[in-house]
This record gives sequence, C-alpha cells and structure tokens, in this order.
Amino acid sequence: MSTMNTVGRPTTPNEVTTKPATLTGGRGLLQNEPLIFEGDGWGKTGVDLPEPAGNGSDLGDLVRKDPIGLPGLSEPEAMRHYVRLSQKNHAIDLAIYPLGSCTMKHNPRLNEKMARLPGFADIHPLQPMSTVQGALELMDTLAHWLKTLTGMPAVAMSPKAGAHGELCGLMAIRAAHRAAGQGLTSDKPRNKVLVPTSAHGTNPATAAFVGYQVVEVKQTDDGRVDVADLASKLGDDVAAIMVTNPNTCGLFERDILEISRLTHEAGAYFYCDGANFNAIVGRVRPGDLGVDAMHINLHKTFSTPHGGGGPGAGPVVLSAALAPFAPVPWVVHDDNGFELIERPEGEAKEAFGRLCAFQGQMGMYVRALSYMMSHGSDGLRQVAEDAVLNANYLKARLQDLMSPAFPDGPCMHEALFDDEWLKGTDITTLDFAKAMIDEGFHPMTMYFPLVVHGAMLIEPTETESKAELDRFIEAMRALAAAAKAGDVDRFKGAPFHAPMRRLDETRAARSPVLRWKPAEGSNIAAE
Amino acid sequence: MRYLPLSPDDRTAMLAAIGAKSIDDLFVDVPQAARRDGLVDLPRVAGELEVERALGAMARKNTVAGDAPFFCGAGAYRHHVPATVDHIIQRSEFLTSYTPYQPEIAQGTLQYLYEFQTQVAALTGMEVANASLYDGSTAMAEGVLMATRATRRNKAVISGGVHPHYVAATETVVHAVGVETEVLAPAIDGEAEVVSRIGPDTACVVVQTPNVFGTATDVTKIAEAAHAAGALLIVVVTEAVSMGLLKSPGEMGADIVAAEGQSIGNALNFGGPYVGLFATREKLIRQMPGRLTGETIDAEGERGFVLTLSTREQHIRRDKATSNICTNSGLCTLAFSIHMSLLGEAGLRRLALLNHEKALAARDALAALPGVEILTPRFFNEFAVKLPGNAEEAVQRLADHGVLGGVPYSRLNPDAGMDDVLLVAATETTLDHDIRFLTKMIEKTCG
Repeated sequence: MSTMNTVGRPTTPNEVTTKPATLTGGRGLLQNEPLIFEGDGWGKTGVDLPEPAGNGSDLGDLVRKDPIGLPGLSEPEAMRHYVRLSQKNHAIDLAIYPLGSCTMKHNPRLNEKMARLPGFADIHPLQPMSTVQGALELMDTLAHWLKTLTGMPAVAMSPKAGAHGELCGLMAIRAAHRAAGQGLTSDKPRNKVLVPTSAHGTNPATAAFVGYQVVEVKQTDDGRVDVADLASKLGDDVAAIMVTNPNTCGLFERDILEISRLTHEAGAYFYCDGANFNAIVGRVRPGDLGVDAMHINLHKTFSTPHGGGGPGAGPVVLSAALAPFAPVPWVVHDDNGFELIERPEGEAKEAFGRLCAFQGQMGMYVRALSYMMSHGSDGLRQVAEDAVLNANYLKARLQDLMSPAFPDGPCMHEALFDDEWLKGTDITTLDFAKAMIDEGFHPMTMYFPLVVHGAMLIEPTETESKAELDRFIEAMRALAAAAKAGDVDRFKGAPFHAPMRRLDETRAARSPVLRWKPAEGSNIAAE
Repeated sequence: MRYLPLSPDDRTAMLAAIGAKSIDDLFVDVPQAARRDGLVDLPRVAGELEVERALGAMARKNTVAGDAPFFCGAGAYRHHVPATVDHIIQRSEFLTSYTPYQPEIAQGTLQYLYEFQTQVAALTGMEVANASLYDGSTAMAEGVLMATRATRRNKAVISGGVHPHYVAATETVVHAVGVETEVLAPAIDGEAEVVSRIGPDTACVVVQTPNVFGTATDVTKIAEAAHAAGALLIVVVTEAVSMGLLKSPGEMGADIVAAEGQSIGNALNFGGPYVGLFATREKLIRQMPGRLTGETIDAEGERGFVLTLSTREQHIRRDKATSNICTNSGLCTLAFSIHMSLLGEAGLRRLALLNHEKALAARDALAALPGVEILTPRFFNEFAVKLPGNAEEAVQRLADHGVLGGVPYSRLNPDAGMDDVLLVAATETTLDHDIRFLTKMIEKTCG
C-alpha cells in the first residue's frame, strides 16, 4: 500500500513488478528514432539563407533538374534526431572502453578547444606560407616531440591513419631499396616482407598492397616472435619485417635487439607497428630498439578522439636511412621562418611521392600537441607506467577465474585471455562479450589476435581510476562465476538490456541493404 | 597530472596485488640496453593555462580566413557551418566512441553512417556509397585501384583538369601496385580530351567537374566513350556543394565518384581532417574499398544497422583485402551528415546558387580590370584568371595587404608554364565588399 501526500499524490512505488513491453517501442529515455528519410522533411530546411537572385541559367543544360532526394530538418528536429541517436552509443565518457589494441583513453576537452582556435581551424591549406607561420611552427613542434619521444631523426607527418602510416613506411623502404639497386623490378629484388602471425590485419594487407609477398613468421609458446624462424626466413630477398612492439598479445618482444640486428644484417628494414606505443612512451625509445620506421596513431597514444571510427592520424618516424624518402610535403625552416616543400625536388628530391592532397591531419596535430604539452616528459612516462600497471592489475585479479593466454611474467598495457576457461560451458567469447554489455561495459577486443583461440584482449589504459577498474573486475568476476555455474541463457541471449538485442550480421551481408530507398510505388522525394 | 586518476597509494596497493615490488618489475622484458632511467628531453607537465598560452601564440601567427577578404579554393572551401553541427559532434557519445564493433551499443554511430551513405548516394546521383574514406585525394586513388580490380585492366587515363595534388597522391599509390597512368596536359576546358586516349587496356578514365580551373563539364559523352571501350568513368569532385546546382556525376554516367566532402560541415583545418566521399553502382559493391553500414534485424526482429561486407576488409582478408584501410573519417562524416540534414535539398540548392552568384560577381568585377583575362568558360564557384604577371608574386603582394586572393595554379603544378594563372573561389561567405577590395588590390599591386 503506497503512502500519499496531502493532495493524494502517491510518494512510494506501487507493488507491481512485472514488466510489460511498451506500446510504442520507446523505452523511457531511449527514444525510437526513425531515419531522417522517414519523416516529413521533404522540402524543409533548417538553414536560413538569403534568396538567390537567379537560377543558374547561365549554366544551361548543366543545371541539376531532377530531385536529389535529400530531406531537411529544422534545427530543433535536427538536435533531437542526433541527441536521440547519441544515446544509443557507448562512449569513453560513460564507462571503461577496454578494446585491446585501440587505446581508448580519456579525450581531454582542452584539445578540442585548441583545435577550434580560428588560427588553426580557419586557415586554408594553400594560403601563402607567410600567412601560416604559426601552423607550420605547430607541425614542426609536434614533429620535434614525436622525434624526441621515439629517438628517431625524422618524421613524415601526412599519413591520415595507422594503415596509411604503414603504407608510408613500406613505400619509404621500397624507395630506399630501389635507390640501392634492390627494387622490386631489379635483378636481385627484395620482394618479401616478414610478418608475425599475431600481427594486425593491416600489416599483411599493406605489404601485399604495395607488391610484397607476405611471409609469416612463427610465434613461440610464450607469445613472442620466433627468432630462429625469423633468422631462417631472412635473406637478400627480404625487404622488411613488420613487428608490433609491444606486440598484439600485449607482450614486449624480449629479443627485439636481436631481431633488429638480424634484420639489418640481412639488409632489410625494421618496420614497427606503433599501435601499442602507449605502453612504453617516455620509457623506451623505438630508436634505441633499432626501428627504421614506425607509425604513431595520434588517436591512440596521444588522445585525439576516436570519433566513431575516425578521423585518425598516423605520422611515421623514420631512421636516417629512410628519412630522405619521406613523402612531401615537408616542413623545413631557416632564419626566414618555416616553409613547406610541396614537390619531390630540392631537399626532398628523393621523396617517394605524396600521400594526400594537403598537409595531413592538422586538426589532429593540434590536439596531440595539446595533450603532449599538458603531460610533459614526466606525465608521459607516468602514462606508460599507469597503463601497464592497470593492465597487470586486471590480469592479476582475473587470472584465477579466466585463463591468461600467457600467464608467465608481466604483460604490458593490455591483458590477453583465451577461452580455455569457458570449455564445457557452451558459452563462447562472443556470448561472454555480449553479457558484459548488459552489465554496462563495452566488451574487450574479441577473437584477436588470431593466434589465441577465442581471444579476449583487454586494454584498460591509464585513464581508468582504481575504483572504476575494481567495478569492472567485480563485474567480470561475477559473469565468469555465472558462466561456470551454468547460467547459460544469460550469455546466449545477451544483450538483453542494450538499445538492441543481438544483430544478425549474416543477413546483412547476404543481401546487402546499404541505403534507404523510398517504398515501391511511393513518389516521396520524387516530387 | 590532471588526466591520471591513480594516486600514489593506489599504485602501491595495485603493485602489491600484482606481487611486484616496483613498476620496474613490470618492464623487465625491455632489454637493459634500451631502458631509460631519466626523462626524455622535453618540457615537464603543464596546466591548461600554460598550454593555451603556448598554442594560442602559434595560432595568432596565422592569418585567419574569416578575418580577411578570402578567395582560396583549389580543393578546400570556406563555408558557413551551422552552430548545431559543432555542438552535436562534440557530444561524448559521438566524440569518444570508436568503430561500431559492438552494434548493440553503437546504433547511434551506425544509423548516422547509414543516413550518410544514403545522403552521399543521393548527392552524387549514384546507387551506393561507403561510410567515407580519408579525403578526396585518397578516394580517387582507391577509385582507380577499384577500377583495375573490376575491369582486370591496368591503366588509368587522367584528365589535365584533375587537381594536381590528387593526381600526385593517386600516382604515388597506384604506381606502387603496378598500375599505369597517363596524365594529360593541363587544360582549362579539356576534360573530353581523355576520350582520344582510351585503349583496350584502359581500366578507367578520371575526370573532374568542376575541374581544378573551375570548369564545369557535362561528362555524359565521356562516360559513353569509356563504356563503349569497356572502361569505367571516375568522376572527381572537390567541391561537394557544386552538386546542389550541377548535374550529378551519376546522371552523367559515372561508375565511381570520388569526392571531397569537406565543404559540407567541416572547417578548412589547414588541410585536414577532411572526409572522402566514395560512391558507385550496386553491381560493383563487392569491389568497394572502406567500411559499409547495412541494414539488418536483431533477435527480436527490430530493424538495426551493422558494419557489413567486411570480408573485403583487411582484418578478415589480411594480404588479400581490397585495400589496407582501417579507419574512416567518422566524426567528419557526422558533421557532413548533420549539415546536410539541416540544409535538406531546398537549402542545398539555395546554398549552391548563392555560391555560384558570388563567383559570377567576382568574375564580373575582375573581368573589368585591364590586363586581367577570365579563362574559365563555365563554372560553379571558382574560376581561373590570367593576371598581367606572376600569380604567386601577386598572391604574396595581396597577402601583404591583408587579402587572401586565391591560389596560384603554379603552386599546384609549377611545370605547366601557367605562372600567371590565379584560381579564385567565392562562396556564400564572400561579401561584396571583399570582392571590391580584391579588385582594388589587384589593380593596385598587379597593374
């Protein structure tokens, strides 16, 4: 029986506990939001523009006459549409987002503020160089930080993401071998790239893309590159090795100095995938490990936002041997200030070409530099230490219930588990991940790296507090206990509490529907 | 440090839970020779105020486009972006989420990508579009590669009207794969010249409209000639707003559209991040690069969206992937999609007309100057003019007088012998006063 205030308004809940489905599909704060194409926006606009004087008649037949098919929204409708959509997303700002290999750390808002300064956001890539000296200074300053942190003499700034950086690094290597008479079309071509089985998919994809034959290198039982196997495959036909360090199992390659020595002895270059630089920034310089080229994902280590899948940025640091081949544009400076070299000539005459129309991801450069300056050399070292500490803490507190793929010794910034511990439960890694969603967490990276069965790769990053880690650990422990206790439906049907139930990916791929279309016979958007 | 939540006590307790004596115990796998005890030689931790001062000082050394009479284009255009756009893209759930690997908790991202794909397909007049590539220039390179896959031929014929930086970015990548290119000499109004170069080995012809000189071209006949020879037509568009006024590439027979979407929703940003639009015909979707969002249903039959056709992609196919791309331009696609939703067809058409009219006004003003010749016969919002002298020097003199007067063509292509050609763009942000000031300054400094 509920109590009431003086006007009869109940002030305690009723005792009804059954949960009927809603009548409209809306669920409390979670609104059912149709596509913009399914509303009444045909002919509408949310932007007030002055009336044009003419109709483009000077362009004659070039004028677009048929309907385009773009609905419009007034500003309040647009705001609602996108805010409603936003509420269906998990985000770093909501809870831990422990995607291994993705470094989902806090994105400082100072970075956003700095990137929006008109002096950075509202300048054109082809303004006279005298009018963008501050922008070039920023690129040069960021380059200095990247070179100092990695111990490398040069950096190619323009690659637009990690995979683009890999392309940049391998093309610099190709150009260097060509200059040495060992190009792909020479008599003694270096046409192979060695890639460990645990590598990111982009590594073999990039190597094959630029014409190399990909040769896999075995992994040892403790999750490292098999040096003997590598040595047996190195030879005068090998252009490069591509090694991620720390590797995708979350482990530091102990034999890294031997790996780079053997590689250089064979006349090949050492490409390092820098996706996991967060684990060692400020503590280990890739230049001291014998690396010749390494991309740096500014959206991972240096906190530029992941933005639903981009934009990223992937500058590539280069050794002295590869530096002359870096793609244009180059930022150079002398007593008169900064300048862009935009063509492969003069100082940049050996540049292998150009990777994109302009200077690369300026907006990301500003954010990354804002982050680096905030941390400083001491803060960045602490970043690596806390990232590694958080991952090892997670591993230590979960390893009695879950099976670490490589239990011996510390991990770096991410902890890798396999699905051995789920054997006999009928629950898969995917089921377990979906049940994590119900508990309010974003799952870890699943089924990667490929070398571990049912892999679960957890990267907490340094920006999780101990309290949040403990909350996550307790949830993981409770789920693991439920899995072992045979509470199978909790996993098989998950998620139950997310904005959607499990989605049918097979159906999506079998008969792809990649855009909205008006219903048959409807004349909407054709008016 | 304000971004690091662990306290010294936390660290001590956590090391104890791990069973480590010190943090160094966790770095034992690093070879002794590569360990660094001290800090790298860079400044120490800095507060917000210090960082703002340092970066603010750099920002102030630049001439801001919005503070000057501004006429630069050549692949990047200054448009007004509604305040709503920047507000929404900074929402935590969009800004700080990642690739929608778990679709049940990423429907926000997936739905806007699906809407974006539909908008891009409509804008370009094509059947399908992907969830974006890095920018227009990398989209062109991917287009050429896709055409070689689809036709099993190995050569691209590229018009002299295509942006020289797009050509350079494309050649760098496709030559690495062994694809041949034939690039025609720069021509103000010569897109159709590609037709005479089509041969049995031609995978695609690449044209741009409006081209780098601003010339708008009906490419229908070029498409017919390409198709008759079994080649594909790739249409490059560097100013997306133009498609609100000009016939779409799809209507004119394009097989692939590679466009820069910066103009809609995104700031100039000194060249990036931008957003590559990539659209094609339905029969070619399995050859498409980049991410795709598709419709499906969940376990209860509700409509939802997922990333799909990922068997084309690197994380599945590894060395057999259609391209090595992993990231798209997520947040820039969102900015594009919000701005486009606000504009709608009515707003887009109006915006496009306003751009065109500003450019016509600028043309008329410049045409009246002695010694200045208008070179572009038909254009959207950008045109080429021949100045009485060197355009690069003229632009520098204009800048010294506070005018960002355009882009000298020679900056993009110094070898063309077109040192006196200036590319002038106007948009809805251009004031009549800006045009008068530009004209006056050209008269004064180039006379």
